[in-house]
Amino acid sequence: MSKPIKQVHLAAHFPGVNNTTVWSDPAAGSHIEFASFRHFAQTAERGKFDFFFLAEGLRLREQNGLMYDLDVVGRPDTFTVLAALAAVTDHIGLTGTINSTFNEPYEVARQFASLDHLSGGRTAWNVVTSWDAFTGENFRRGGYLPQEERYARAKAFLAAALVLFDSWTGDEIVADQESGQFLRRPLPGAFEHRDAYFDISGHFNVPRGPQGRPVIFQAGDSDEGREFAASSADAIFTGHSTLEAGQAFYTDVKGRLARYGRARESLLVLPAATFVLGDTDAEAAELAHEVRLAQVSGQTAIRFLEQLWNRDLSDHDPDGPLPAVDPVVGENTIARGRASVRMFRDPVAVARQWRALAEAKNLTSRELIIEVTGRQTFVGSAATVAGAINDLVQADASDGFILVPHVTPGGLDSFVDTVVPLLQERGVYRTEYEGTTLRDHLGLPPLGAPTQAGERGQAAG
Amino acid sequence: MTDGPTIHLAVALDGAGWHPAAWREHDAHPTELLTASYWRDLVLEAERGLLDFVTIEDSLGLQSTRFDGPDERVDQVRGRLDAVLIAARVAPLTSHIGLVPTATLTHTEPFHISKSIATLDYASEGRAGWRAQVSRPAENSHFGRRASRPFTLADYETPEAQAVIAESFDEAADYVEVVRRLWDSWEDDAEIRDVATGRFVDREKLHYIDFEGRWFSVRGPSIVPRPPQGQPLVTVLAHATVPYRLGARAADVVYVTPRDETDAAAIVAEVRREQEAAGRAAETVHVFGDLVVFLDESAAAARDRKARLDDAAGEELRGDAVVFTGTPVELADLLLAWRRAGLSGFRLRPGVAPRDLTAISRGLAPELAARGAFRRGYEADTLRGLLGLPRPANRYAARA
Repeated sequence: MSKPIKQVHLAAHFPGVNNTTVWSDPAAGSHIEFASFRHFAQTAERGKFDFFFLAEGLRLREQNGLMYDLDVVGRPDTFTVLAALAAVTDHIGLTGTINSTFNEPYEVARQFASLDHLSGGRTAWNVVTSWDAFTGENFRRGGYLPQEERYARAKAFLAAALVLFDSWTGDEIVADQESGQFLRRPLPGAFEHRDAYFDISGHFNVPRGPQGRPVIFQAGDSDEGREFAASSADAIFTGHSTLEAGQAFYTDVKGRLARYGRARESLLVLPAATFVLGDTDAEAAELAHEVRLAQVSGQTAIRFLEQLWNRDLSDHDPDGPLPAVDPVVGENTIARGRASVRMFRDPVAVARQWRALAEAKNLTSRELIIEVTGRQTFVGSAATVAGAINDLVQADASDGFILVPHVTPGGLDSFVDTVVPLLQERGVYRTEYEGTTLRDHLGLPPLGAPTQAGERGQAAG
Repeated sequence: MTDGPTIHLAVALDGAGWHPAAWREHDAHPTELLTASYWRDLVLEAERGLLDFVTIEDSLGLQSTRFDGPDERVDQVRGRLDAVLIAARVAPLTSHIGLVPTATLTHTEPFHISKSIATLDYASEGRAGWRAQVSRPAENSHFGRRASRPFTLADYETPEAQAVIAESFDEAADYVEVVRRLWDSWEDDAEIRDVATGRFVDREKLHYIDFEGRWFSVRGPSIVPRPPQGQPLVTVLAHATVPYRLGARAADVVYVTPRDETDAAAIVAEVRREQEAAGRAAETVHVFGDLVVFLDESAAAARDRKARLDDAAGEELRGDAVVFTGTPVELADLLLAWRRAGLSGFRLRPGVAPRDLTAISRGLAPELAARGAFRRGYEADTLRGLLGLPRPANRYAARA
């Protein structure tokens, strides 16, 4: 029996505040003016993408005690940009990253429910957690959360938000002008939620949105993050975009679903992916190398080394060998406001690997950083890239990809113009939007109305 | 034609209109109050009338006839959308009118509000404002972070209630200060994109705001570069000395609710005294009069329509602001008289939207323009520009 052919899911990540984004490219535009967001989202919609994705960061990054100035700095408010984009697009989903640590469930639920109405059911929430006191300095609640509790609080936060989304069942408003009855029952939106983190009750004031609640995304890669996704999310972002790593991740995460009574199709696995296209594979490879050089200047290479070494290396020569000293173990005090530094669980071992690689290939510090960080996922002609994407999806290394172009706002144009038609020709990608909501685009069934206020409508809950 | 000063006009949008029975009118759209197209059409109508801006009401709790919590009524509109997001949804579809959503500051983060209004300013290319609102104590339980101290309107004058109110407004002043500092935390030319040195920003032009107060400390800088207007418009609704003081200390526009011309003059004088006490005598602070309006071709028709709505609601419409019924010509007379008492503009609350909004945009606005008291075309690209407010210097920029 042959495996059924899967449909590829594609999404577009607005270029972010890291060195993937090549702001020095002559074609690079504003990262803050609305016209850039409009261009990018409309291009993704032209390509029939499932959704537009916006990341979030709540404190400008610092390194060595100074504000980090080598990458794009500055970004808009997530909810506000997504609401404005709903006005200039008709189909594409609108996914926003919203922190569960520096917000309260009532306000986040209000904003997502409102956005779901204002977009006709196209919203998704990428639930992220943070705990650091550095970011907390911008908030009245401060950095009060112990790191080990961040998922516990995120789960509680999401549970509270779901109670709020389900506090309206969807049949409350009758608006009968003749009889004068606006509400079917008095006091809609009644809710109550108590746990170790929240003690809230009252009446929610935004009626149920078209999707019932936003689609839920989860982006953590840790064991806890995967478990959180398996229990509560509709889609999971990952960095695992190669065949072996992707398949291992895919199998692991999908395997966790049964525990929660969920079907394998109820959670999509969507790795982030970068790409460089050329007329030929050789041309693309050449371009990809140029992009890497632009992404990793000598200065940027030093900053990367500092993030692992956890010490000031401003005097280090990027065109010479790696630092001879070992990284400083313990809390990273050099780079702040950057989630990636937490991924270095054993910096001394990583440094050892990097040294071995540099020696084996005779690489300078900068060349090493180019080699070990952020290599493009897909490099080649449109046909090569379309084939690679489809192969990974059919091999269950993912359900599709969230594309991260390196130029704002036009970095998606060539992909939409050249790769999308090839995927459509293969019959693995939509030629028109078939549904209206983001749940439809993702192949997720509509949520039923909650049977009673405060109870989730999905059996999976 | 009069040569007197001109009038600024704003309109306050709330659900189906300010009359509780407005949704029952045959031309109301009670099932569309949660759709983007409903709000787009209202704001486009206001823009057609060349109005300075629209405000959009909001709250962190259900609409209610009671001050101290939700009521049990089923005959009035309940449920609404986040006002900032409505404004953002409408921004790309409009081109000149200011967008001033309400956002509550009691339970929310100044960092978030600062960046959302700044982003609205980008999405609207310089037309954003904010109506800063203090929460009602009954909303505390939605957040669970403050001791619940709900009090009824009957207790409003007690020392305990007054202390809570005074404290809420002191917190509000700190909050607006933080929001404003964050708007200035990037200098206008902080983004340099200097390929030669590899620097995207000049970090010397990004500033910590280091606010430390009784209710919160905020470090900064914002994640959003300085918005197009520099400082988007800050507005507050005020009915008494404590909120007048907040407006005088922190706002660009204060909405007030005078009973008549004499009252208007007295309120303006009080706001000006507070403005002076706050050291802002040299700055423009607009004082707008709020009125609920029912407009028809004859005064009798407007009265009758309002009476019919009162009947449907089961009670006469009463509220904080004067309720006007009459023709656009009569309303123009009244506004010009109140203008002479010192008010520089008005925030009109349509009894029924879109009907009374349309009477404002197609009746009142041209009437005032014919008398030389209102614009005949948009003369500026930003909301501050429409209100005659300069783009302010950045408080953190080094003085040349």
